[in-house]
Formats: sequence, structure tokens, C-alpha cells
Amino acid sequence: MQIFIDLANLIRGWITGMGISEAAAEIVMTAVGAVAVIVFILIHVILLILAERRVSAFFQLRKGPNRLGPIGIGQVLADVVKTLGKEDIIPAGADKFVFKIASTTFFATALLAYAVIPFGEGMIIQDLNIGIFYFIAIGSTATMSVLMAGWSSNNKYAMIGGMRGVAQMISYEIPMVFSLLGVVMLAGSLKMSDIVEAQKNMWFIVPQFIAFLIYYIAATAEINRAPFDLPEGEQELVAGFFIEYSGIRWALFAMAEYANMVAVSAIATTLFLGGWNAPFGLTFIPPFVWFMLKLYVMIFTFLWVRWTFPRLRVDHLMHFGWKFLIPASLANILVTGIGIYIYRAITG
Amino acid sequence: MVFMFWLIAIITLGSALAMVLNKNIFRSALFMVVTFIGVAAMYVLLQADFLAAVQILVYAGAIAIFIVFGIMLTVRGNMKQTNLFSKNAALAGLVSLVLVVINAIMVLTSDWPVSEAAPPVETVGQIAELMLTKFIVPFEVVAVLLLVALLGAIIIAKEVKKTS
Repeated sequence: MQIFIDLANLIRGWITGMGISEAAAEIVMTAVGAVAVIVFILIHVILLILAERRVSAFFQLRKGPNRLGPIGIGQVLADVVKTLGKEDIIPAGADKFVFKIASTTFFATALLAYAVIPFGEGMIIQDLNIGIFYFIAIGSTATMSVLMAGWSSNNKYAMIGGMRGVAQMISYEIPMVFSLLGVVMLAGSLKMSDIVEAQKNMWFIVPQFIAFLIYYIAATAEINRAPFDLPEGEQELVAGFFIEYSGIRWALFAMAEYANMVAVSAIATTLFLGGWNAPFGLTFIPPFVWFMLKLYVMIFTFLWVRWTFPRLRVDHLMHFGWKFLIPASLANILVTGIGIYIYRAITG
Repeated sequence: MVFMFWLIAIITLGSALAMVLNKNIFRSALFMVVTFIGVAAMYVLLQADFLAAVQILVYAGAIAIFIVFGIMLTVRGNMKQTNLFSKNAALAGLVSLVLVVINAIMVLTSDWPVSEAAPPVETVGQIAELMLTKFIVPFEVVAVLLLVALLGAIIIAKEVKKTS
């Protein structure tokens, strides 16, 4: 899978060969990386829509889509055509400007998170010094878009959905950050490549299993998936904060949700499952393939959870977040700190 | 670099102005987010990457809460009633003018040191070390202050039950 890196170097060679300065070449390469990420997201959205339907059907002992093409592949294409062909409806009472940009900003925040995801050795758009912290900071701004969509729609269901979204995402962001802190303490760095490197011998899911569970629960809440899909609970709020959206604007929300799911899975893979490191010395399989395999396992567990657990009640959600997850994540930091101290005292 | 500075400066100050002048309280708050992101971009230009991320996480991220409270406490059916404008324009203008003049004098008379040192590669560790050694007392005081605020909010929200 050296091919992607070779390709990047080839493009870089072309650009600098045209006599452009180093800085300009860097900007162009970032743009190329962004396009690659968008293609990556689009492919995965298409795959995930189908996977979600097939997996949900499997869990509910149904057949799922099976008419259009083998295992219903054609269904996805039909969906895409339908979405693109729909009229873009903006409610008369809406705050039109905010309504229009909300879907774009939601997708943009999902896209920005991909800047620090290491898909393989050297396959990262920007290996920032503050890598994982950048991801957290960008993730926190997604709340804004949810609220913008909910408020500007001028619809009570959308408003309630937006408010729930803010309460939920802000509350669950705290245990998520604290759970990642345990990993950062063990790796001694916020840089993604350093964190992956530190897991060469042992994946962090072993010493940080509690943190992994906390991260998994909090991440499910952050990306608004069942059992934490209160901001868009169908039975109560029809579609929650994006109820008034249609056509391509609705599709942007749906795509961003899947993009977020892939992003948090990728972060879980990088921080807890060893990233692109090969387990048991199986290095003949390239790092990129290992990363994708682990990523798909994580994504499958998200689908599994969604179609297995019922939705939480709003007050239970808040109680669980503030009274259980946050103390548990704080205790995890304390235990990790003591553990590191003891380990250093023994090994010297 | 200079071009980027001016671009970011114009966006930051422009959105700050838009925030103050906008009659719609929700849009004001959104312009405030743009201002905060502009400040974060300034930090990036100054090679302070950690501070930039903190700026986005703490300020831009927390604006959502700010808006929620703003809407819940102030919004009326008619936006004009929500965001009342003060009538004391003359007095406000005078106070602002005095502030601008004082700030301008301070900026112009200060001797700004220019550092030739290369920007530090790793910023997080240095900040952490300063916070936990030299500035440990202010750091702990802020922590206690935040705890008091948190407890106060809980007491106001839940009301203390009288136990006789």
C-alpha cells in the first residue's frame, strides 16, 4: 500500500517541477489531501448506507434491500439519485442565511477532523504536534451547527432537537476528553504518529480498557447514534434538528453523520487498537490494510450497538453522563497516573 | 504571512463589529464564533498551536451554551423586542472614544520588543511546566474558583432542602 505515498510524492514532484515555491506546493498538497478525504468519505457513506440497512435487517431477522442488484447495491444508487433530484425547500419562517450555512458547516467540521487521522505510516494530511487535541477542538464546534440548524428552522421539533443536541454533546465531550487523556499519559505525546508508535508492542486497549469503554460510549453520544440519538429521535421529534431540510442539504447532514462515525472509529483505532501497527508480527499485510480492517471492526460495533439497544430517556442520559461517566473517567486518570509512577519505580 | 495577517485581522474585527451592530441576538452570537476562530487563526500565525486549539475548544465550543441561555432567557416572538438597543448613544460613544484613545496611546507609546528566537517546536510541555511550577498558585486558585461556580450553579438549580 506504498502506492498512496508514492502517488503523493509524484504529485508533489510535478508541482515543484513547475517552479512553484515550497509553501505554495504545501498548500496544493493539502488541497489534494482534502479531495482524497472527501472521496474517502463519499465512498464510505455509500458503503455504510448499504451496510446499515443490511446489518439492521440481519439483526431484526428481515431480508433488507435485495431487489436492486445483488445484496441491494442498486438501492444506494437509487437513493443518491432521489436525493439529488429533490427540491430544496426552505421554510418561509426560517432564518434563511443561517439555515443555508448550517448544513455546510456541519459537513465542514466533519471534514476538518480528518486532517489528523493517520491512515498508515506517513499517510496523514498534517501530523500536528497537538494531533489528538486538534481533533477534540474541532469536534466541539459541531455542536454549533446542530444548534444553528435547530434554531434557524423555526420549528419546535427542530428547536427541541437542537437543544437536546447541545446538552448531550457538551456533556459527553468531557468524559471523552478525559478518557483520551489516559492514552496521552501513556504515550507521552499528543502527536498521532507518536501515539501509534508507542503501541508497537502493546495496544492501549489492554492497559486502558476502561478508558476505551468510556470513549466508546461518549463517542456514540457525540455522533448522535442510537442509543444516544435523542436529538433526532424519530418517535418524538420526527427527525430532530434537521427536520426541515430536504434534498442535498439533508444529504449533507446524513453524510456528515456517517463521516463523523468513520472519524471517531478511526480515532478509536489509532488510540486504542494500535493504529496501523500489525498484531502478532503479521507485517506482510500492509499497514493501510490493517488500519482499514480495524476501522471496519469498530464501525461494525457501532452498527451493532445501534440496532441492539433501545434509546435512553433524556434525564437518564444526563445522569449517566455526569454522575457515572465523568467520575469514572477521572478515576481512570488517577489510576493511570499511579500505574505509570509504580511502573517507573520498578523499571527505574 | 503579512497577507494572511491582514486577511485574518479584517475578518476578526469585521465579525466583531457585526456582532455588536447586529439586531438579531442569535446572529450576534454566531459572529462572535467567527471572531473567536479569527483569534485562534492569529495564534496559529504566531506558532502557538496549542493555544489556538484551546481557543476553539473553550471559546468557540462554549458559545453554543451561551446561545442556549441567550435564547431561553431573552427571545420574544418579535426579534426587535428581544434585542433592545440602548438610547444613550451619545454617552456610549463618549465612553468608547475615551477607551479607544487610552488604548491607542498605550499601544503607540509602548516599546514593543521583537524576538529573534525561533518559535518553540513543542508548546504543550512548556505551558504545562509553567502552570505546575511557577504559576501553581494562580492555577489552583482558578480551579477552586471554578469549583465554587459549579457548586453555586447546582445549589441555585436544585435549591437546598430545609432539614430541621
